[in-house]
Amino acid sequence: MADRAEEVRDPGALRATTLPPGWDEAVDLEADAATIPDPAEVEVPAELRAEIERLMSLYPDRHSATLPALGAAQAVHGWCSPLAIRQVAAVMQVTPAYLSSVATFYDMLRTERPARSYVYVCTSVACHLRNARRVYQALAGEAEAQGLDDLDLREFECLGACDMAPMASFDGRYVGPMSEEDAAEAIRQLKAGETVLPGRGLEDPGFELPFPAPQPEEELEHPKVEPAGGAWPEADEQEPPPAEGPPPHRREIREPFAPGTSYAGEEVDPFTRDVVEPEEEEEGEE
Amino acid sequence: MKETRVLLANIDEPDLDKIEVYERLGGYRAMRKALLELGPEQVLHELEASGLRGRGGAGFSMGKKASFIPKGAMDKYLCCNADESEPGAFKDRLLMQKNPHMLVEGCIIASIAAGANKGFIFIRGEYELQADILDAAVAEAYDKGYLGERILDSDHSFDLVVHRGKGAYICGEETGLLDALEGKRGNPRLKPPFPANQGLYQGPTLINNVETLCNAPLIIEHGVDWYKQFGVDNSTGTKIVSISGNIQRPGNYEVELGVTVRDIIYGLGGGPPEGRDLKCFFPGGSSAPVLTKEHLDLPFTYEAMAEAGSMLGTASMIVVDDSQPLVPLALRLAEFYRHESCGKCVPCREGTNWTVKVLERVDEGEGTPMDLDILEQVQGNIIGNCLCVLGDSMAMPVASMLKHFREEFEQHMEAARRRRDLAELEHLSAPELAAVPEAGPA
Repeated sequence: MADRAEEVRDPGALRATTLPPGWDEAVDLEADAATIPDPAEVEVPAELRAEIERLMSLYPDRHSATLPALGAAQAVHGWCSPLAIRQVAAVMQVTPAYLSSVATFYDMLRTERPARSYVYVCTSVACHLRNARRVYQALAGEAEAQGLDDLDLREFECLGACDMAPMASFDGRYVGPMSEEDAAEAIRQLKAGETVLPGRGLEDPGFELPFPAPQPEEELEHPKVEPAGGAWPEADEQEPPPAEGPPPHRREIREPFAPGTSYAGEEVDPFTRDVVEPEEEEEGEE
Repeated sequence: MKETRVLLANIDEPDLDKIEVYERLGGYRAMRKALLELGPEQVLHELEASGLRGRGGAGFSMGKKASFIPKGAMDKYLCCNADESEPGAFKDRLLMQKNPHMLVEGCIIASIAAGANKGFIFIRGEYELQADILDAAVAEAYDKGYLGERILDSDHSFDLVVHRGKGAYICGEETGLLDALEGKRGNPRLKPPFPANQGLYQGPTLINNVETLCNAPLIIEHGVDWYKQFGVDNSTGTKIVSISGNIQRPGNYEVELGVTVRDIIYGLGGGPPEGRDLKCFFPGGSSAPVLTKEHLDLPFTYEAMAEAGSMLGTASMIVVDDSQPLVPLALRLAEFYRHESCGKCVPCREGTNWTVKVLERVDEGEGTPMDLDILEQVQGNIIGNCLCVLGDSMAMPVASMLKHFREEFEQHMEAARRRRDLAELEHLSAPELAAVPEAGPA
């Protein structure tokens, strides 16, 4: 903390900057109340529309597709820009306000224009114990020294790779364990658009942690794994039990659900938002 | 000390994430047995009798949780909690990356027990690689007919969707996860009603951790008696322990519940680095109160950890050696929870913020002895006063550090104050300051 205080020379400003973005932004009370955009007025890239519609079809309630849909729009636009949110709102038929309320809650949805690439340095508890802050400072210093401005470098909360500590996520690629000496090389590769520290990423083939392997005193214990009650018959020897009664069918959708929600296999009138009853009943079965 | 590999038995097999390899090693046999031989009631009974407890932190009996789901024809849901965001935890990452079909099979078995027809795997957004692997595994299972309508011509239908989160720790809390899955901000809900009665879309919902669900195929395939030979009394089975922090060999290790903590830290992890001694450790992720050297010989079970005043949690051991000052560590911990607090309940939203402020004061040399009392009081006012346990997750470890190491907090505060005074009154620069012995460690 003390070193950070030295960096900014103003503890008050320091505290303000570590708060989440947007916490002190005033609400524009003069703005028009947002309504659901008219699909005819908003132009949506065909691929994005198809992706959002596919996502909506996966869930019983289309609102569930909000997070993946915003993620898809972010992949197209680079961030959840007002335009991106408007496009998602038009396809999903929800208000843009609802979408931005969601987008501001989640760390991975960006509500500001992003840099070309991002580097999230984990400085949470386990990485903190292995000098993650120095790695972060080295990266920040190198980025400045090499003049790489178009970079979203920040301290991030636990990324779930504590065995690789200290580690960082370079545009989603987990790299670790890092040291201060790696900073210059990593920033140079980022700037040149190359793979950062090849061979040290979690998904790289043959990736292994550089820690001495445990010296097993004896063989690892593999308990016997024969199934209790004898071996299981092969697939073609198995006989499925006779199906009794009618085959399973889609269950009726019941309350309580908000009007306007749609379900797979259910048709909703776009104007009245009433459920359209199927005209003919399914064939009865004996 | 040796590992007992049951869940991780085949983890080093190449291409285990392909369905052919998984089936060659006996995969999806348990699903067939559950579906064609046992039936829902028997599956539920086996899970309950096995004594399997939730591996996600709370340690509640999995079978009992499933048995709370009401019977009868209605929309029921299964959620797999793969939003592993606890600092120190990385076991689910390994399971999903290397052995995704085990999780898919576990989901199918749990859906049979609960009578659920729709399932979701809520995976944290940062795990992009693992989510892609899971997506491919689910597609393979659909192709084989293990997912979808009327699985293997039985009358059980089950659809499974991989849902990516977008980076919020609170979505690992079960009701926060449900809200996020419904497309809202991930705020926890008031309980009761519990998710087993009114969960996702207000329907009965069974929520389980990745590791819990991965245990289900083993129990069904090999039987309750086989499973119960691992572990002790009320902590049956094996547990994947993730060791990190100041340790020689960080990583995932699978042990039987009931081995001693010393065996895990020194036997498997190799202990703190050369020349260092253990100061304290978090037995179950950063939310668990810290334990010290005197607790090293306790058996690693749910009960023993609870009795010692901590919890087994996710079994993510973070080891802290004696070179680490605790105040910056506590500060870092509190900053995490301040950032991740969703802001719904006042004690958590304000308490985490105040804890950070007080610890900053202590660390920067502006603290007074009263600050430690305030710190203690704030933690006491958070615990048990919120809808979920996020606030408690900060309050309990911070309070436990203060309890075990109050003297160090006082010394740190005094040293920091002395350094500050020297810097202000004597106009010493940082390097000069470091040379002053009385100023104490940084």
